[in-house]
Amino acid sequence: MSRSIRSIRSTRPAVARSARLAAAGLAGALALAACSGGGDADDAATTPATTQDAAADEVATLEVRDPWAKAADQGMSAAFGTLHNPTDADVVVVAASSPSSTMVELHETVEVDGVMQMQQVEGFTVPAGGDVVLDPGGNHLMFMGLTAPLVPGDEVTVALELADGTTLDVVAPVKEFAGANETYAGGDDHDHDMGDMDGHDMGDAGEHAGSEG
Amino acid sequence: MSDDASPSPSPSPSRRQLLVGGGAVAGWGAALALGVDAAVAAPAPAPVPVPSQDTGGLRGASTVEFHGTHQAGVAVVPQAHSTFVALDLVDGVDRAALGRLMRLLTDDARRLTQGLPALADTEPELARRPARLTVTFGFGPGLVARAGGEVPGWLGPLPSFGVDRLEEGWSDGDLLLEIASDDSVTVAHTVRMLLKDARSFAGVRWVQQGFRDAYGSVPAGTSMRNLFGQVDGTVNLVPGTPDDDLVWIGNGWLAGGTSVVIRRIAMNLETWDELDRPGREQSVGRRLDTGAPLTGTREHDEPDFAALDAVGFPVIPEFSHVARARSADPRERFLRRGYNYDLPPRPGAISESGLVFVSFQADPVAQFVPVQRRLDELDLLNTWTTPIGSAVFAVPPGCEEGGFVGETLLG
Repeated sequence: MSRSIRSIRSTRPAVARSARLAAAGLAGALALAACSGGGDADDAATTPATTQDAAADEVATLEVRDPWAKAADQGMSAAFGTLHNPTDADVVVVAASSPSSTMVELHETVEVDGVMQMQQVEGFTVPAGGDVVLDPGGNHLMFMGLTAPLVPGDEVTVALELADGTTLDVVAPVKEFAGANETYAGGDDHDHDMGDMDGHDMGDAGEHAGSEG
Repeated sequence: MSDDASPSPSPSPSRRQLLVGGGAVAGWGAALALGVDAAVAAPAPAPVPVPSQDTGGLRGASTVEFHGTHQAGVAVVPQAHSTFVALDLVDGVDRAALGRLMRLLTDDARRLTQGLPALADTEPELARRPARLTVTFGFGPGLVARAGGEVPGWLGPLPSFGVDRLEEGWSDGDLLLEIASDDSVTVAHTVRMLLKDARSFAGVRWVQQGFRDAYGSVPAGTSMRNLFGQVDGTVNLVPGTPDDDLVWIGNGWLAGGTSVVIRRIAMNLETWDELDRPGREQSVGRRLDTGAPLTGTREHDEPDFAALDAVGFPVIPEFSHVARARSADPRERFLRRGYNYDLPPRPGAISESGLVFVSFQADPVAQFVPVQRRLDELDLLNTWTTPIGSAVFAVPPGCEEGGFVGETLLG
């Protein structure tokens, strides 16, 4: 298993549209809350998360914009979005967890011998004032074992653990998505894709991930 | 060209005979609403739309606000392109699933209408030119029933009309999506995005694509022309006037909503070609060049049904579309938003054209059906037109930020 810390795409601008998107999301779906403060996700829907109890004017440590997760009946899936760091110091996401999965890993996608493969990383470093984009075919939050089907239109919660010990809850809507089928070069012999809906290997890029039915 | 140019089957021809020429009378007990002229009876002049010229240059970035009391696509000045998609819910989609579906679709719509990619949009570049994109949702009776909601008495198939030759493949449905924009590329992308998010809940029943004049080719708000060449939609409700109470529903889960009737009207251009210009104008009661009533000079002039010609016939024939559509009841009016369609012809034919007739009204049974009944009984235009599809949907109110369309039923 390859493990590395990756500093990602620091040149990507924190474009204004992202802020508009964050305010215009699904009801409650884009809600962010500071876990350490026991924040109410709904109340936090329009305010960025903070690492402390939410003082209204406190500068957020990390914002997650446009989060979403890929629908899957069982097995693996993944969550995506844009991590934005509004502060003037780097922020590192070191771990993630979710009640929807037995384990959540931080993954990058790299080309190995001409094949795009997912592999675990030790953290996502979000540069000061910059973004890390989590998207199909790139970095993502890998759900290693779903505890229940991820149904389109439902919501999943992912807790991001930051290097300073705080956590951040992200609520993401679930969407059906045919892509995100990169091969997983994880620590065992199995290949999986993000969204292993039928419980078997679906490593072929472009294979349709099925539907809720 | 005068009436003399028409074949005269008898020495003292009636106007009807002049009009239809040799034996083309066939269609006429059978009628149909092409909607060239909807009913109006208010003695006071009804408000008319004022076309306006847009000199602002590129308009791809133009947006229509998504949030509000009403869904934005009802009263907006019609865009150049519109696609109507009816979906059938798959088995097992219950109230909770409908809530998930409408949250997903609302989120797509609120982003795409503002020129932003949808979540998980695989072609985000195609979202960048909304060009006044609107997405309008309608609920069929099946959806409302699955939601456990109150099904309005008018929500269901219209009464059958003698002129109808309805095809199941153009009729009814559980969920309606209307996607309209001045850019057809945007329409295609938006339809695709919405259907991707709907496909685990519902399948496509029918799709009707329609078009009007390209944006910028005429002043915005100009009445469209249908493919018979007629100015179409002159008599219409004007949003934002006291007529609004004929469009919007006042109470219940549909408060702020409306209903939509979508009828697919096949137009037989081949037999229409056989008709001379006076005949064409008399069939409707309006001039082809200006759309003015035959008794007037401008499009929005009030028709004078009492005016007689030199030989004592009404200038606007009593069997014309205008005359038949006219109602003494000012409530029998509706907000029309029709589109032309023009498909590849079937083998051996050279046209497959018609009109996607679309009308919004608070109560289609009270407002639309009486007009359609009169047209069914008699309307010369029925000779060349045939309704082949019909559907009625409840159009829920709009929503605010954080809400979703349908929340008053599903929330």
